Amino acid sequence: MSSADNGPGAEDLTRLDAAELARRVQAREVSSVEVTRAHLERIEAVERTGLNAFLHVAADAALAAAAAVDDEIAAGTVRGPLAGVPVAIKDNMITRDMPTTCASRILDGWRPPYDATVVRRLREAGLVPLGKTNLDEFAMGGSNENSAYGAVRNPWDPARVPGGSSGGSAAATAVGETPLALGSDTGGSIRQPGAFTGTVGVKPTYGTVSRYGLVAFSSSLDQIGPFGRTVLDAAMLHEVVGGHDPCDQTSIDAPLPPVVEAALAGARGDLAGVRVGVVNELSGEGFQTGVLSAFTDAVRVLTELGAEVVEVSCPSFTLGLPAYYLIAPSEASSNLARFDAMRYGLRVGDDGSRSTDEVMSATREAGFGAEVKRRIMIGTHALSAGSYDALYGKAQKVRTLVVRDFSAAFERCDVLVSPTVPTTAFPIGDRVDDPVSMYLADLCTIPANLAGIAGLSVPCGLAAEDGMPVGLQVMTPALADDRAYRVGAAYELARDTASGVPFASTVPDPAALQGAS
Amino acid sequence: MSDITRSDVAHLARLARLAVTDDELDVFSGQLDAILDTVGRVSEIDDDVPPTSHVAPLTNVLRADEPEPSLDREAVLAGAPAAEEGRFRVPRILGEEP
Repeated sequence: MSSADNGPGAEDLTRLDAAELARRVQAREVSSVEVTRAHLERIEAVERTGLNAFLHVAADAALAAAAAVDDEIAAGTVRGPLAGVPVAIKDNMITRDMPTTCASRILDGWRPPYDATVVRRLREAGLVPLGKTNLDEFAMGGSNENSAYGAVRNPWDPARVPGGSSGGSAAATAVGETPLALGSDTGGSIRQPGAFTGTVGVKPTYGTVSRYGLVAFSSSLDQIGPFGRTVLDAAMLHEVVGGHDPCDQTSIDAPLPPVVEAALAGARGDLAGVRVGVVNELSGEGFQTGVLSAFTDAVRVLTELGAEVVEVSCPSFTLGLPAYYLIAPSEASSNLARFDAMRYGLRVGDDGSRSTDEVMSATREAGFGAEVKRRIMIGTHALSAGSYDALYGKAQKVRTLVVRDFSAAFERCDVLVSPTVPTTAFPIGDRVDDPVSMYLADLCTIPANLAGIAGLSVPCGLAAEDGMPVGLQVMTPALADDRAYRVGAAYELARDTASGVPFASTVPDPAALQGAS
Repeated sequence: MSDITRSDVAHLARLARLAVTDDELDVFSGQLDAILDTVGRVSEIDDDVPPTSHVAPLTNVLRADEPEPSLDREAVLAGAPAAEEGRFRVPRILGEEP
């Protein structure tokens, strides 16, 4: 076990949820330094097994931050509800005291000059950043195999992917390397790895969590959000980082939905009067059997909790995936033009004889991985004069239809549900040579990004055929994120009551497995 | 609908400033072709629908035109691959072929 220093029989702090850790630290039953040290030891033990969830661990800075929080609490000041609790940060959010690589060679060694707004808010709220987590390069991918620093493994089965692109944040949260993590979700990059690793992951309403300091992939779709092992933990982190930020032009100047209150209300276990729509287009043919049966069971539980379940049809969703894989690469081809070998990171071939143009091309060739190159070229093609109307223009029209389908569905329903992903986590290497099959993992999560609405994934059991976690996705109208937390928390309680153990406690321990072998 | 050749990929790579290799031209032409076959399905929809470019309920967000502190020059240049005399140093830009 990781906390060997605490002696035999001592409670493992890395299995407690964030809400409980916060309570104990603030009641001075345990110090933030002890909590932080336990997580740093856990990271060391688990990373040794090859999980590869972290790209950078800031042990000294974390212990110093924790000590500062402990001093404040001793003096009677508590910065916020999560003060003293560790957190991990996806490595596409910039940090002034840690490298930021976006899992790309092109940013190797770069140290950002300032903190992203979300990072600043974490520090101001007294959370303790542990380090930066692995991802698909520039958040482009659904398996974490596109990292220049190696794939992340799935704690439930190390031969499988953890999902992506926020695979490091998801895997780290699942195994207790951290109780909380931030991810970013452009087409499902929080919810899909959440489903694959049995964690709670939330994509908030577009514009409600600042993107200032998030390295841009697809600016009209990117959204930062929380990972936790419980719905309440995710809600608490959501409230720390959310809210208007004048530094982000797309930040909505409106109050954040009361997500913590909603999670607490949901945990009272009553969904009477809540209208739940099952989206026809997001289940059925092509979905793994165990995913469908776990989803069906979850919907039955919602009914038992008092929800009124209806079927809804959103025909445009079948074109959501193709539209997304035009819009996101188009915006990426523009956003990634900033990696020009002049202002940050890598420069290749600057030997005095080559022109700026040649150095730029050589650097981008050496610095970007295959998936990033594919998307830049697809985007360049989709935006070119001969293809713009037929590709990018049509994709934007599909986007309008997706928005309309959601609006119609939300007239009849308070929330919409689907499996988060059509399958469970697939074996590492299975889809790397077939980009199109890789893209299918985003089928159910993409519509929420296209429409800018909120989506939450909560674990809903294991698929019978492979024993891997399945996610239930709950989608809400824009600025009604609280509904997803209420439904998610009610479902979570019913799930754990029925099985008799918290789902989060059932994840295999990679460190123990290796110790036994 | 799509039919991406090696020379198409070479053209796109040049526009995107990617010095791709011969091997990559082979691999990418097949993969981009398959991707464009899939995403090309968007052409099925009606042309009468208006496009949506973003979904934030916002237009023209501006701040007051007043000077504010910006990042420290040294801190910014510290992240650059090459700097000289307080500026980014770049390779030669004159005498390039058109």
